[in-house]
Order: sequence, then structure tokens, then C-alpha cells
Amino acid sequence: MTDPCLLTHLLRQGDRALVLAQRLGQVITHAPELEEDMAVANISLDLIGQARHLYTYAGEVEGLGHDENHFAYWRGAEEFLNPQLVEQPNGDFAVTIVRQFFHDAYALHYWESMEASSDATLAALAARARKETSFHLRHSRGWVVRLGDGTVESRRRAQLAIDSLWRFTTDLASITDETDLHDSGVVPDSEVGGRWSDTVVAALAEATLDVPADTDMVTGGWHGHHSAHLSPLLEELQALTRAHPGAQW
Amino acid sequence: MSPSPAELVHGVEDPELPYVTIGDLGMVRSVDADGLRVRVVLTPTYTGCPATEQIQADVETALRGAHFEPEVEFVLSPPWTTDWITVDGRRKLSAAGIAPPPPVGASSSMPVDTPLECPRCGSRRTRRLADFGATACKVPYRCGACSEPFEAFKAY
Repeated sequence: MTDPCLLTHLLRQGDRALVLAQRLGQVITHAPELEEDMAVANISLDLIGQARHLYTYAGEVEGLGHDENHFAYWRGAEEFLNPQLVEQPNGDFAVTIVRQFFHDAYALHYWESMEASSDATLAALAARARKETSFHLRHSRGWVVRLGDGTVESRRRAQLAIDSLWRFTTDLASITDETDLHDSGVVPDSEVGGRWSDTVVAALAEATLDVPADTDMVTGGWHGHHSAHLSPLLEELQALTRAHPGAQW
Repeated sequence: MSPSPAELVHGVEDPELPYVTIGDLGMVRSVDADGLRVRVVLTPTYTGCPATEQIQADVETALRGAHFEPEVEFVLSPPWTTDWITVDGRRKLSAAGIAPPPPVGASSSMPVDTPLECPRCGSRRTRRLADFGATACKVPYRCGACSEPFEAFKAY
């Protein structure tokens, strides 16, 4: 039973998780302290786990016999449906952590809402992913507050990171074409964006950081429009599989 | 008497926490034997846990070693929680120096830090040192009384 709306939804969420996991993989051993290397490795692994479940289910919904590896390794950048935020380069630690915080706030509210999904597979995954994501958000939110309410330099860099990444947040927090899935209860909540905004505004206030104005907002990631940063990232992710197709460990 | 299929399955060690079994962790939903064919239903723990595939292989090996023909399936629902870890499992974790998880309790959207007992000296003057540890299920702590670092199982 192919449901194109559900398939698109699963790929969007799987791609969001996988692309960010790959970005975080580049930080491991480059983080400012050992605990942070552990944190990004753990978060990356959780995201890969969530992506694997979403892709496996996408393969069942699509009904063409594709497994999780097909979706991760055998699609090009234009076929990836992740929001543009998660493909942005790691920058300095402030950029890495602000990107993570914006993402985690979205992901937590998304999974919270999906626990009530009428789709049993998604609801069961959401129950676990919600808990994992709450640990991610505690971590990234904690850092945003420490950097913002820290030294002059850490505050300056945190504000720069927020200002540079803000234009990707409208894209992140608003998917406007899933009305059919809302109506059927598969994606029960269309208000995730509003809750994202509340969580972010409260954290930035605690961090003494300014909420930027919405100008020059970038959109289209969930529809396959990407920045120039996605292709090289996927090339790195997919190089081994493409050099040795069908290879097994 | 040789162990039953259920005993074999419950007795498989966790690859990352070898002092507890998958039975102790509450991962085994059912073990149904029909002659030599054994159907096992397990609940996976963390979505990104790299031990999941290893656990499936270890269950199959344990059953094949006793000449059974295993068929292992994972079910996602109801989702696994650390509240399913048995009393025996919690005792073994503690004996291995890992503080067992506090009850998950009412669903709160953010993790809550419950004061944990030091598995070495029993003091509750303990402090979480970081958000993440060496495996998905654990976080590093330190005891303020005996000064020893220890690991704690996350409530999940």
C-alpha cells in the first residue's frame, strides 16, 4: 500500500535525522572537551537509530523492496527532504550548538506530538525518540544558556550563531503541505512550529540573547531545495557504498 | 536437565553490560517452542543501540547451540522502558558499580535528575558529571561522600 504523503513524511524526518547525524560525526574528536566528544557521538548515534527506523518503515510503505540503506546511500542531494538547517556547516562550537538547539526544540515537539499518531509504528517509535530527544535538548539548551549568559566573547559568538542560522528556522518549524496526514491523525499536530517558537524564545531570554527579526528567510528544504553544503556532505556519507556496491561487513 | 528455550533466551548476556542478561533488562516478550522451532519476540531498547543486532545473533547462537531452530522478531510497541528492568537485574547493576535507574514516573517532557545512591558507599550526596556517557544507557556521576566516580543507568 503506497501512501505517497506518508512516504514523503517518513523521508523528510529520516533525512532530517541522518543529515544532522552525519554533520555531528564530523565534530567527534574536534569538540572543545572530551565530554562534548561523548555528547555529539551519543546524539549522532541516536539520530542514526531514529533515521534507520524511519527509512525501514519508508521501505515498507513504498512497497518496492527498498531497505534502510537504499534511502541513506542511493539518493542524490535533490532527493533529500531535510530542512536546510541541519546541512549547514559546523562552524565554531557556538554554531554547532545553536544549530543543535534549534533542531532539538523542533524534534522534541515533533516526537511529543507523534506519540498520539494513529499510525502504530510511528507512535511506538515516537515514544522512544521523544525520550532520547529530551536528553539532546537538555544538553543543547544548557549550552546556549551558558554561552549566552557567559563571557563577553561567548555571548558574542552565540549571538552571531543565532543571527546566522535564524534564516533557516521558518523552514525548520513549518511544514505546510501535510494536511491529509493531519486529517487522518497520522501526524496529529500541525502546531509544532508554535511550540518550537515558545521553547526557543524562552531559552534565548534566559541566555540573555536577542531573538532576531525574520528577514531573508530560506525555505524549501523539506521539498528538496538545498544549499551548496548538502552535496559534499552526502558524498562523504555515500562514498564507500558507491565505491563498493553491495559490500557486506 | 538441559535448559529450556526460555531459559536460554533469558540468559543471553547484554553485549555492552555483560553482568546483566536480556531477561534482567526486560527485553524478552515471549519465547514459544513448537518442537525444535522456537519463536522469540524481543523489545529493542534505545533506537540507536548498536548492540541490537548483536543481541539477535547471540539469541540465535544460544538456541542453535541446543539444536533449536530460532526465529527472532523485534516489536516496537509497547516501547521498552527502564522500569522493566527486574529486581534481580537492578541488584546485579548495583553490584557491578552502576547505579540502577530511578522510576521513570509520570511522563515529563524533560529529563529530571533524581538523587541517586552511590553504588559503592550508599551516600545520596551524588552529582551528575555530564549529559552523556560511554554507552547510550549510562551517564557519569561522582559521589560527594567517598569521592568515587561511578556510572548510572539513565531513567528511560
